[in-house]
Amino acid sequence: MTNDTTIPQIPAPGPTTTGKVRPHQTQNEALLFEKSSPGKRAYKLPPLDVPPVDPATLLGSEHRKVPGQLPELSEIEIIRHFTRLSTWNYAIDLGMYPLGSCTMKYNPRVNELVARIEGLAEAHPYRPDSLAQGILEVYDLLQRCLLDITGMDAITLQPAAGAHGEFTGILLVRAWHQSQGNPRRRILIPDSAHGTNPATAAICGYTVENLKSNAEGGIDLEALARQVDEETAALMLTNPSTIGVFESQIHKIADILHARGALLYMDGANMNALVGKVRPGDFGVDVMHLNLHKTFSTPHGGGGPGSGPVACKAFLEPFLPIPVLVRNSAPSDPQNLRAPSLHVTSGERVGAPPASPPHPPSVRTDLGFPSFPSVFEQETAERAGSHDSQPGAPGLDSETWESKAPGQLSWDYDRPQSVGRVRAFYGNTGMFIRALAYILANGPDGLRQTTEDAVLNANYIRHGLEDLYELPYKTPSMHEVVFSDKRQAAKGIKTGDIAKRLIDYGFHPYTVSFPLIVHGALMIEPTESESLEELDLFIAAMRSIAKEVEETPELVKSAPHSTRVSRLDEVQAARKPVLRWRPTEE
Amino acid sequence: MRYLPKSPAEREKMLADIGAASIDDLFAVIPAEYRLDRDLAVPRQHAESEIIDYFRAAGRKNATNYASFLGAGAYRHYRPVIIDSLVQRGEFLTSYTPYQAEITQGTLQAIFEFQTMIAELTGMDVANASMYDGSTGAAEAVMMAVRVTGRHKAVVASTVHPEYREVLTTYARHQGLPSSLVPYGQETGRVNLEALEAQVTEETAAVLVQSPNFFGVIEDIPAIAQIAHAKGALLIVSIAEAVSLGVVRPPLEADIVSMEAQSFGVALSYGGPFCGVIAAKEQYLRQMPGRLVGQTTDSNGYRGFVLTLATREQHIRREKATSNICTNQALVALMATIFLTVYGKEGIRELAGHNLAKAAYAAKTFAAQPGAKVRFQASPRFHEFVLETQEAPESLSQRLLDGKIVGGVALSRWYPELPNATLWCATEVVTREQIDTAAKVLSAAPVEA
Repeated sequence: MTNDTTIPQIPAPGPTTTGKVRPHQTQNEALLFEKSSPGKRAYKLPPLDVPPVDPATLLGSEHRKVPGQLPELSEIEIIRHFTRLSTWNYAIDLGMYPLGSCTMKYNPRVNELVARIEGLAEAHPYRPDSLAQGILEVYDLLQRCLLDITGMDAITLQPAAGAHGEFTGILLVRAWHQSQGNPRRRILIPDSAHGTNPATAAICGYTVENLKSNAEGGIDLEALARQVDEETAALMLTNPSTIGVFESQIHKIADILHARGALLYMDGANMNALVGKVRPGDFGVDVMHLNLHKTFSTPHGGGGPGSGPVACKAFLEPFLPIPVLVRNSAPSDPQNLRAPSLHVTSGERVGAPPASPPHPPSVRTDLGFPSFPSVFEQETAERAGSHDSQPGAPGLDSETWESKAPGQLSWDYDRPQSVGRVRAFYGNTGMFIRALAYILANGPDGLRQTTEDAVLNANYIRHGLEDLYELPYKTPSMHEVVFSDKRQAAKGIKTGDIAKRLIDYGFHPYTVSFPLIVHGALMIEPTESESLEELDLFIAAMRSIAKEVEETPELVKSAPHSTRVSRLDEVQAARKPVLRWRPTEE
Repeated sequence: MRYLPKSPAEREKMLADIGAASIDDLFAVIPAEYRLDRDLAVPRQHAESEIIDYFRAAGRKNATNYASFLGAGAYRHYRPVIIDSLVQRGEFLTSYTPYQAEITQGTLQAIFEFQTMIAELTGMDVANASMYDGSTGAAEAVMMAVRVTGRHKAVVASTVHPEYREVLTTYARHQGLPSSLVPYGQETGRVNLEALEAQVTEETAAVLVQSPNFFGVIEDIPAIAQIAHAKGALLIVSIAEAVSLGVVRPPLEADIVSMEAQSFGVALSYGGPFCGVIAAKEQYLRQMPGRLVGQTTDSNGYRGFVLTLATREQHIRREKATSNICTNQALVALMATIFLTVYGKEGIRELAGHNLAKAAYAAKTFAAQPGAKVRFQASPRFHEFVLETQEAPESLSQRLLDGKIVGGVALSRWYPELPNATLWCATEVVTREQIDTAAKVLSAAPVEA
């Protein structure tokens, strides 16, 4: 994909050039190391208030004699360096970022403020629980909110990202099967799935069995029924799927799996299409992960950090990673530090299931699924009971949000069936604070409206482009729409070219060439954060590019034309990897 | 709904344009019996001011006015102001993984600078763009060694952070990857080299140690490397306290270094988000997990940066990938990069020197109190030390808390053979006054009958 431009070659400035090869210095910021000059300082330590020590004497042979070659710069240079670099990035703050499956929504600024409140940001993970009640209340409230949003019974916030959540979720699946006497061998994964799904299954010791999509891009029920057997541990399903389609046969999918004792794992990457409208726990999902950095507005930050909480049904709760948050009814009594009852009706366990939805929940009651513990029926009976729609989170005072349950929150490590620990400490706390701030800002009505707007936006784009771009699956779209480059490819223009040309129109490209079941895919997810004006601009840009493909294909093929650098030579980067700066040999 | 940029009239217009009678039409595909026909049971919509009030109250409920001697894998260092100024620029904060290189050169160049700094500090050839944290990084490093060597056993030092070891156990459980634990010397607090030598065999893929180790003691990396390499095993060195590299000799003999970079300007934040990173010798590059940024040129010959060697990764290789990692800790790695730039070559050394001095003073002062002594006294340390007291840690901890001090972590939870031992940490932000105050509390220990 390189050198496909007719622009004449300009002599390379070379890696150590620091002169102005661009119109302005801001377009040519050297590496920190190239800007460094010995003796410059950007720091000042306070005077040492204890006797100084001689590191060489104290450390002997363990003393570092050759310092690391870190740059030496002043504060203003550092500010300018990173500020200039930042201007080379596209960002949600600049405009629409329609990366399908990535949910690039607005990142509210109050989230950043509250995540930096001193008492929260400076809490050490090993401080005594008694000094961490504030942060644990945040964990507790977020857990309760996410449980009601997903319709699940128990949750862990530990996983650091979506793929880490998948890992945790599949470990739960494995541990449960193991407890039934056979961990089973295979995980079924649709051909439309994210690459993390098969990679996760492999790490958890499973072989991956591919499940071919049907003509609508969904799960082929007959194929599923044929492929599920007593060695199938689970199906990893993304719903809505990566082509943005809700699996309308979802209950049958769950039935087929459960009838053979297999579980249904849901990749929650596309949860932004469901929040407040439908709950995975109600349509047969046994375990799932959420991406707080997608659905719940925590920033992507150029690739992370993320957060991937895993929610599950009650029968998987004993296997959750340690430690698990518990509320002790009487903190002075050591007996109460024990693990909470598995029975989700105890009302003491943090993250206990919320009051029941008014309609019949999962289809699993009539599954004849022998291996489910009886607690499942018990819980179902509970759900069939009374429910009043209430303004506050379950078990919370609606005004103070404090749990009505007395007692302190603490960490429970005594969980003999746990899959173990999946990371040090308890999770990406900073992300929990942001996600909870987002939920509080929206409330139940805002969360529902958010979902509706996300789906409305995707359908508006679909409507605006379906006459010019091939729509391989005509099934109704949820939060994203997937076109193919079939018509443009006939002119020699691929999805990747259209994506690069979109940059010249001021937009970030959509997701290119994914999902794999669509040849030459253009996967577009606008999210709810786009105004009608921005959507119209995007549609106009895509329509204009379609026209360019017909009239001036070279213009598209050599795009982008407006960026600081043109298309980069990826082959060269991979063939002779230069992964770090090194000083020029004198 | 202040985050939603549409008026009711605009929604109506859009629905009309696409030919939908109402928004419900767009959700008609969801079977009716599953549709949620009630409000979610979450708190009502709150004003921005209320949200701030709520989290401020939570912050106050977390006591803040305590002096703290906690370390053990999470370290409190001063965070220069410009870190948060810069990482909150929307162009960094609200950008995605830099797959579209032409419009993410800022993130890409910053990661390239991060990779360079980590390689420089650790003495390795290459470093990746980050891992979730030090614990998962260590587990991934072991799995990397398995791929490199084709062997399936690990030997792990008991002086590695106990939670890192637990994470490794979780990761290794389903990989057919048993590991054995090497004891530490009772006097030295370092890996027992004889025991290590006995455990490393021709089947060992990797030896995993941590330095400075969980007791704050610096391991004898050259000696450990010799034992590992003699049997063809790789040496993985986990570094939980990155600031130590300002003054402690880097683990040059290691094959892989897994580091927790939280100390480089990342808030404690009750344990996350932190910033793991894996660095290695160049020959193991193609087995590394995680993203890598490489230098290249554009079609005009200008220098630019791209994500590279992606054929290792899950989105290309799926179940054959080196790891399932996708999202990493990019913005936290940026914090670390800015931190390291602020301190620079001299500053990191000076900073590490202050840490060394504070801990040396604290250890000496505490050891001078009746009934207290520093364990592993003769071994080289950075800024943590194990204190043994006649008083039980629970009672000591309570007396310290009464004096508004959070003392060292009790070690018996992980090391039952050390019942009256606590792990103390003194970074540059701990003051002499705080150390002296804690010493006074120590000296007032109730006399054992």
